[in-house]
Amino acid sequence: MNNLAVIIPAYNEAGRIASTIAGIRKFTDADIIVVSDGSTDDTIVEARQAGASVIELPFNLGYGAALQTGFKYALKKGYRFAVQMDADGQHDPSAIQSLIEPVLNDEVDIALGSRFLGRGDYKATFIRRAGMFFFAVIASVVTGRKVTDPTSGFQALNRKGMEFYASDAYPVDYPDADVIIMLYRRGINFKEVPVTMKKVVGKVSMHSGLKPFYYMFKMLLSIFVTLLRGRGEGKV
Amino acid sequence: MTFHQRIFALSIGIGIFVMILEMVRRKRLEEEYSFLWLIIGIGIVVLVLWQGLLEWLTHLIGAVAQTTTIFIFGFVILVLINLHFTVKLTEFSRQVKELTQQIALLRINKKEKNVD
Repeated sequence: MNNLAVIIPAYNEAGRIASTIAGIRKFTDADIIVVSDGSTDDTIVEARQAGASVIELPFNLGYGAALQTGFKYALKKGYRFAVQMDADGQHDPSAIQSLIEPVLNDEVDIALGSRFLGRGDYKATFIRRAGMFFFAVIASVVTGRKVTDPTSGFQALNRKGMEFYASDAYPVDYPDADVIIMLYRRGINFKEVPVTMKKVVGKVSMHSGLKPFYYMFKMLLSIFVTLLRGRGEGKV
Repeated sequence: MTFHQRIFALSIGIGIFVMILEMVRRKRLEEEYSFLWLIIGIGIVVLVLWQGLLEWLTHLIGAVAQTTTIFIFGFVILVLINLHFTVKLTEFSRQVKELTQQIALLRINKKEKNVD
């Protein structure tokens, strides 16, 4: 068994998941764990054929909850480090090495891959960019650290980081600036590392329709109550 | 309140109370969830029978008609009941998430053991 697990939450990613796994294989021989979030297509079969261990959630729980299942598994299996990546191939696996380095060196507990630090060909819609920027600024102000990409699903963690992500405080839907503020308040060390991301075609963005309004509301509320809670409260 | 109104309100209060008790007796409703409903029934009966309290309450909240007081009282409790439901729903969502994750983890654990 490896020290490192690559955790990939996947919901109906048939046709993409195999090439994502193959891409990761080129850069690391880590164990690859796919968490199928109630997929109804061939995601599970394709992931298994590509050589990943597949955790099957019987129905859709949401991105955060699926990811968390992966962390619970990795903790139980005794992995010392984990990298989380998206299944759709938007995260460039060649960045895994530079992403995990500060965690391996014990410099931080969690390294957050940022598509906005330095290079990258990531193009997002204006609304999405505006929303991300707004919360990135809030997270930067609260934590006193540079946060440019709080929604990044490309991260490297040690066991301390995994333990927090496996706790009840972790949101079931999309982790965002609120989680970064929680990290800071709990004294979990993190920093951003530049990574490249590709825009995935043919996928509906999570920020479409009325969702931006709900997103703004949820994030503001979540950050507000996180700050109200005080340091370390609600610890596992 | 007129005699007519009092009889009407009283029957509703008693009706709710008896219905909830019966549901708890038949285990159709958990004791925990019956609590606020019973308060509605009892509250209406008390307000109808205890004229002085109703007058005082009506004056306190600045209502004109005493019937309004009874309605507002019922409305507030309904809001509380709903809030109670949403709190429970949150708790259940968390439990369902936890259970679902545990099932998935047990399943892969079993599969791995079979392979070894």
